[in-house]
Amino acid sequence: MKEEELEKAKKVIGDESQFIHGDTAVAYGALLAGCRFFGGYPITPASEIAETMAEILPKVGGKYIQMEDELGSIASVIGSSWAGAKAMTATSGPGLSLMQENIGFAHMSETPLVLADVQRSGPSTGQPTLGAQGDIMQTRYGSHGDFAAITLSPNNIQETLDYTIRAFNLAEKYRTPVFLMLSADLGHMREMVKIPKEVNTFERKQPKVAPEDYVPFGKGEYGKEKVPEFGVFGDGYHTYVTGLTHDEQGFPATDDQEDHDNLIRRQVEKILDDREELTDVEKRNLDDADVALLSYGITSRSAMGALKKGREEGKNLGYLRLKTLWPFPIKEIKELSKNVDNIVVAEMNLGQIYHKVVEHADCEVRLADKIGGEVHSPDEILAEV
Amino acid sequence: MEEKEEKRKVEMISAAEIRDKYLRDEMMPHIFCTGCGIGNVLDYTLWAMEKEGLDMDKTVFLSGIGCSSRLPGYIDVDSLHTTHGRALAFATGVKITNPELNVVVFTGDGDCMGIGGNHFIHACRRNIDMTVIAVNNYIYGMTGGQVAPTTPEGDYATTAPHGNIEPPFNMSEMAISSGATYVARWGVKRPNQPINSIQEALQNKGMSFIEMMSPCTTAYSRQNRMGAIEEFWDWYEDKTILAEDYEKIEKFGSEDERETLQDKIKIGVLHQEEKKSLSERLQALIEEVHV
Repeated sequence: MKEEELEKAKKVIGDESQFIHGDTAVAYGALLAGCRFFGGYPITPASEIAETMAEILPKVGGKYIQMEDELGSIASVIGSSWAGAKAMTATSGPGLSLMQENIGFAHMSETPLVLADVQRSGPSTGQPTLGAQGDIMQTRYGSHGDFAAITLSPNNIQETLDYTIRAFNLAEKYRTPVFLMLSADLGHMREMVKIPKEVNTFERKQPKVAPEDYVPFGKGEYGKEKVPEFGVFGDGYHTYVTGLTHDEQGFPATDDQEDHDNLIRRQVEKILDDREELTDVEKRNLDDADVALLSYGITSRSAMGALKKGREEGKNLGYLRLKTLWPFPIKEIKELSKNVDNIVVAEMNLGQIYHKVVEHADCEVRLADKIGGEVHSPDEILAEV
Repeated sequence: MEEKEEKRKVEMISAAEIRDKYLRDEMMPHIFCTGCGIGNVLDYTLWAMEKEGLDMDKTVFLSGIGCSSRLPGYIDVDSLHTTHGRALAFATGVKITNPELNVVVFTGDGDCMGIGGNHFIHACRRNIDMTVIAVNNYIYGMTGGQVAPTTPEGDYATTAPHGNIEPPFNMSEMAISSGATYVARWGVKRPNQPINSIQEALQNKGMSFIEMMSPCTTAYSRQNRMGAIEEFWDWYEDKTILAEDYEKIEKFGSEDERETLQDKIKIGVLHQEEKKSLSERLQALIEEVHV
């Protein structure tokens, strides 16, 4: 991003230190990352992201639009991305369910975008104002067919802002939708945040070849090999973008097993090949731990409380926080399970990440589940130790 | 205005030249059935673009799902073949992100008025500067002839084997009442009026909606025992009336003459007005609050 664009964004955001909630932090992070389009639809507890974007985007020349529904908001974001903007939307569980159709389209068409999901209890309308972690599997398996997701899960407001920037960078780097997971508690909780002075942004690679030599869905010529360059609409590349299975030129190839296999495997591998590079975990007290407390998002703050309390009581506890949920950090879990007797997974659902841990751990795995909109107390996690 | 007149006088190039200039060779042969009207709609659109002299590097086609939605693939241009009914929402994002792009959407009656109905009325309400060409064949063609929101009452479809019991939507009236600023309906039988009309639609700074009545020989006429394509052409001839003739009869006709209007479908330019487009409104907002 150009220096003057960043300066403009910082000017609009205002004070360098601010006491803001998670939803506002998403909007600020997006502006700093260079996001210049937001297509949204009101939904509790994510509406403040849209409200903040409606306020600040036009001030930097960006475009905000409230669409007629979530189907339309994610569609407008994909359209905007092809017209060259860094684009995002924000929603909560019910909206995420509605967006699944075009999330699949974004995977298939390799469209960079960011989706902030401020989770609330479900299924259906559930508990609109109360937090949950029920959408983790939805970001990974929600749309039909095969694809790999990138899903990030911050646990405080500064990290929410920083991870929004990271989400945009990953979306642009891998040409893929990236999910940023909050929950009602994180979205509406206030903490002090420092607006970063310097921001490293990643701009999508655009083709350098003549239009007739451009292969929009083939190999990347520079940058990452499995991520093709992105020819922005209006730049003369004449790209045909379809949700149908397509060949490297983008043309429908719906009857050929090999075309489909090549396309989808490349799309999955472009992300999973970098599983370890994308993995981001926080570790505490694991060296001598017998039991590891594994958590993510808002729940990890209770897990931290449980760690401290348990240690004070003489229990050999350790702490592992997943900051990247997808791709799943397989290596970290395997290593962890060799060094502890068991792992306690704490999450605000009846077991989602738990199942992935069971799949890859070589030790006993227990679940400290909680639903109903309340964050775990440290004791509720310790009860499973 | 003078410039526009000038463009209209451009000599028409041959059909072969149009094909070479605008279509993708590598996509041929096309998927359309014998007697289908979608090819005509594409033809008229390309002629209109040629007359208008659109820069194809700055033109984006979008579509949803259905027979007509396969059209952008044949044109050598940036295009998004999106999900069922959602093309107008994608187009909204494209257009307001880069207002310099000419945005054209191909859709069908099921895509636009069935699954995409909500996006359609809101795109009209916002008066987004784009041209929407809806191929109305009164049926779900690609999936094999199921009843559509536009299927006339009593007509047959695979999912209306006893005849359609529901009243149909009038797409153009819906566009007008939702806020589109250029609305026209034509049959595919005659080329000149639709070509000129699509050109006017491209020129309109706002939401332009063109409804093209188009035969589906495979799924519609077979089930409704219309036989050869000629019967379809006759049906159009009998059923349609120019909007200006309709109004004349409505105002000055005898009671008997007015009675005949009951079963008629109006064709022609049905609505035209000047209103600010969404892009203009957004630009004004940005100028007002920009730091």
